[in-house]
Amino acid sequence: MKELLSKNGLVTALLATGLVMLASAWISARLTGKRIPMAAIAIFAGLLLAYLGGLYTNGKNGIADVSIFSGFTLMGGSMLRDFTIVATAMGATFEEMKKAGWAGFISLLLGVVVAFFTGVALAFAMGYEDVKSMATIGAGACTFIVGPVTGAAVGASSEVIALSIAAGVFKSIMVTIGTPWIARFIGLNNPQSAMVYGGLIGTTSGVAAGLAATDPRLVPYGAITATFYTGLGCLLCPSVLYLILQQLL
Amino acid sequence: MIYGIAVLSACFLLGQLIGTWLGLWLGIDANVGGVGFAMVFLILSNQWLRTRKLFTADMEGGIVFWSNLYIPVIVAMSATQNVKGAISGGWMALLAGTIPTALCVLLIPVLSRRKANDPKEMAQAS
Repeated sequence: MKELLSKNGLVTALLATGLVMLASAWISARLTGKRIPMAAIAIFAGLLLAYLGGLYTNGKNGIADVSIFSGFTLMGGSMLRDFTIVATAMGATFEEMKKAGWAGFISLLLGVVVAFFTGVALAFAMGYEDVKSMATIGAGACTFIVGPVTGAAVGASSEVIALSIAAGVFKSIMVTIGTPWIARFIGLNNPQSAMVYGGLIGTTSGVAAGLAATDPRLVPYGAITATFYTGLGCLLCPSVLYLILQQLL
Repeated sequence: MIYGIAVLSACFLLGQLIGTWLGLWLGIDANVGGVGFAMVFLILSNQWLRTRKLFTADMEGGIVFWSNLYIPVIVAMSATQNVKGAISGGWMALLAGTIPTALCVLLIPVLSRRKANDPKEMAQAS
């Protein structure tokens, strides 16, 4: 049985995810009166499973490190994630996107710069005083890809790089859980604000999951700006922002 | 249905290609906006095919199938995150992951409201 499930990993993952979503739909309808959307509960359940998987196996890939659930690596990997995000563009229109225009671009730039320098300030406050470590942690505050890319580029220690990844993963998790709760207060209910949100927050997985839990119609708009964020972060953090930081200290 | 999926795949691969090239050109080992470009291509080919009446309900079904799988894929992705690692990263990771994000969140109304107050927008709306 175990061998069968491992061998057909992707199918097992589809079944397991289906069951998680069924249970989440039930919890959403019966226990919360649909006040918490099903997607939000399902995504949270996913994170919980990832934590349990990590506890059980001491691995880095959450539930996917448990052999019968290895198919989650494929199902939740970047290929299918990006493929399905692109498919959501079917529900988006150019007219809506044009309206965000400059605000979308500025939000991308501000998103990277603000996250970087706040991260740097926090690192300094916590006792990191060398430029390399501070820049790497600042970059980790952008996304969990920008952190290690910057760390490797400036030659930070592996502990600091690991820390920057953890910071980025934390950001992604916080955004996933937090977005549905704060959406109302920040006016996140139309395509334009979703594009600004995607640009300012940037962590593609967090933005995509957070918007899915808030209102699935907003996903393509947030994703289209967020997809440029990691690239921009990888471009700016180890170069311009690192040099500015060096000059400041 | 497979034609729809093929259109989607073509847009996806083209976007990835451009994203990778852009990354190479900028000298960074990352895909810059590949998903964004792919989405633009999909919207364009969607409109192009529709105006020529080549876009069948069957083709749309192929693309909608994948876009509906989006949330389950995100759930699966959440289940493969290194949550334990993030928690064991301690306070530094927690603070660096949340406080900068909170600041950026506060900027959202500022940037999106500016647009709403744009007089041209108001004129169009009224």
